[in-house]
Amino acid sequence: MSEADPIIQIRGVTKRFGKHTAVDNVSLDIKSGEFFVLLGPSGCGKTTLLRMIAGFELPTEGQILIDGQDMAGIPPNKRPVNMVFQSYAVFPHMSVAENVGYGLKIAGVGRAERDERVREALQLVSLGGFEDRKPDQMSGGQRQRVALARSLVMRPKVLLLDEPLSALDAKLRAQMQFELSDLQDKVGITFVTVTHDQDEALSMASRIAVMNKGDIAQLASPSDLYEYPANRFVADFVGSVNVFEGKLTLDEPDRAAVECPGLGKVYLNHGVTGPHGADVWIALRPEKIYLHVPGEGKAIRAAGQDAPEDHNLARGVIKGMSYLGDITLYEIKLDNGAMIRVSRPNLSRHDQEHFTWDDRVSMHWRADSPVVLLG
Amino acid sequence: MSLQDWKQHRRPFAAIASAPLFWLVLFFLVPMGIVWLYSFGQNSGPADIAITGTLDNYKRATEWLYLSIFGKSLAVAALVTLICLIIGFPVAMAITFAAEKWRPWLLLAIMLPFWTNLLIRTYALMMLMGSNGYANRGLGALWDGASWLKTLVGLQPLEAWAPVPLLYNNFAVVLGLVYVHLPFMVLPLYSALDRLDKSLIEASLDLGAGHFRTLTKIVVPLAGPGIAAGVMITLIPALGAYLTPDLMGGTDSQMIANVIERQFKRANDWPFGAALSFLLIYAMFILVAIQSLRGDRKKEAR
Repeated sequence: MSEADPIIQIRGVTKRFGKHTAVDNVSLDIKSGEFFVLLGPSGCGKTTLLRMIAGFELPTEGQILIDGQDMAGIPPNKRPVNMVFQSYAVFPHMSVAENVGYGLKIAGVGRAERDERVREALQLVSLGGFEDRKPDQMSGGQRQRVALARSLVMRPKVLLLDEPLSALDAKLRAQMQFELSDLQDKVGITFVTVTHDQDEALSMASRIAVMNKGDIAQLASPSDLYEYPANRFVADFVGSVNVFEGKLTLDEPDRAAVECPGLGKVYLNHGVTGPHGADVWIALRPEKIYLHVPGEGKAIRAAGQDAPEDHNLARGVIKGMSYLGDITLYEIKLDNGAMIRVSRPNLSRHDQEHFTWDDRVSMHWRADSPVVLLG
Repeated sequence: MSLQDWKQHRRPFAAIASAPLFWLVLFFLVPMGIVWLYSFGQNSGPADIAITGTLDNYKRATEWLYLSIFGKSLAVAALVTLICLIIGFPVAMAITFAAEKWRPWLLLAIMLPFWTNLLIRTYALMMLMGSNGYANRGLGALWDGASWLKTLVGLQPLEAWAPVPLLYNNFAVVLGLVYVHLPFMVLPLYSALDRLDKSLIEASLDLGAGHFRTLTKIVVPLAGPGIAAGVMITLIPALGAYLTPDLMGGTDSQMIANVIERQFKRANDWPFGAALSFLLIYAMFILVAIQSLRGDRKKEAR
């Protein structure tokens, strides 16, 4: 089997709980060896989809194939997948070694081989020497490693992770993001992770499926998802974004323009392929907007900008700011009344003193920064 | 102010504690003390007891006749507890896994018998199980039906239905006690199982264990404290059961509480009855002590 073959095929899967449709006719392929993330707000159906792969929920309609085999009628204990639960579900009455060896014991693996594999698995998650500990003597992060080892020791074809980092504190979470990616590289098992945290998804995933109301809103790589969101939901859910309604006034293969009542004239250095005069939305990330003192703008723009004179330009007054350390976030009221968010890296220690409340500022952005959304 | 601050606020604490303390001393400790003293006395007239410090009552209470009744009571109580556990565990599991909206109603159904007087419940059960009761009538009807079927295919009919003796024997006592004590078992089991993280069960299934193995390796060990509580809370009242063996038992199915009752009433031998009572109380103390010692050991092992 080659790397690119799908290890999991989800075909037209729908799950209804009574009248509520949790997953609505979802089809997607997960490739072997990939770090796949299901991302979405709570209640979007991502966990239900994961639980259907694990076998804890049965699809109302549709088919799930794992390694080419139809999973209909196959109970969770017979599926070639293992799951790391959100609560970790480490058995509290067993030692770490007993926890990790549980599945092997059930599978009838002999004592010697079992001990060896348990030791290896614990080493893999940096818990060597913790064999005899009891779960209640361990921190949340350590318990999660036990849960990881317990699943990995089974050498599943796919490892399912349900919100694996949600219970950890911010520092530990950032560290575990790297470790999980690292671990996945090492063991080469396909990981399917569910999360509502976009940072987690962007940093770990090779591909992300953004889910909304039981449906897949976009399936793409992390950078494509962020830089080329397919619709307003994805643009808004992944990262922070300013969205303005507008009308397409110019659409040629190498350039386009949109009139936004809220933002002004927006010029793009690529075509959009939408009907002339169509209603569209402009999405503009806060970090892609340059902030400067009125008057300076012209000079900066003259030094290598590509948009016509009165395009990609806005003026306003700072109404709010929050200093986040690495960046400062500004809330700016545009002259026509709309609000826009702009972020600015604090490149030097005194950068944040540059702009403050009630300052008049002007903004501009590059012609390849705005994203035109048709839906 | 919280009660934890009682060291700083002795007077209000004393004011709050005095009423229940008074109640406990007057209505629990004092009568118990009197009975305890009686157990060291002897009858000195039809209504007088002299506390002489004699141990004769205890000597008599440890005679084989009474010890065997003790033993039998313990055996019956243990059997009742075991049956309650076997029936109660699946019931508690079923309630735990029932849909959210059904759970309060199912718990209500378990508790409903408590709202009815024990005597009335016992008589109702007796009506059901009498030789002319519904149970026997139902069985009789089945028997007659079978007999009729036999004649239909040309065979000899069965002999006439003889009612099964369901009442006034040991079977009736066990059945009656199980009926009375089942809720005591189900409630602690339910509370233990309800607290169990359901993802532990899913994790076990996920790791390849079947339902039976998940039950024996995960659910039962983790429900251990609940099982222990259910066993104690069933065993102790079953051991001292009086009404059920009195009404539903036969001549050979009396339990220790019935013997004690006879000493206080018909035999009018209060000192001996007191000695028997205290033997029963000591036995229960030992059971509770074993239970709490085991609990302590577990905590230390952690």
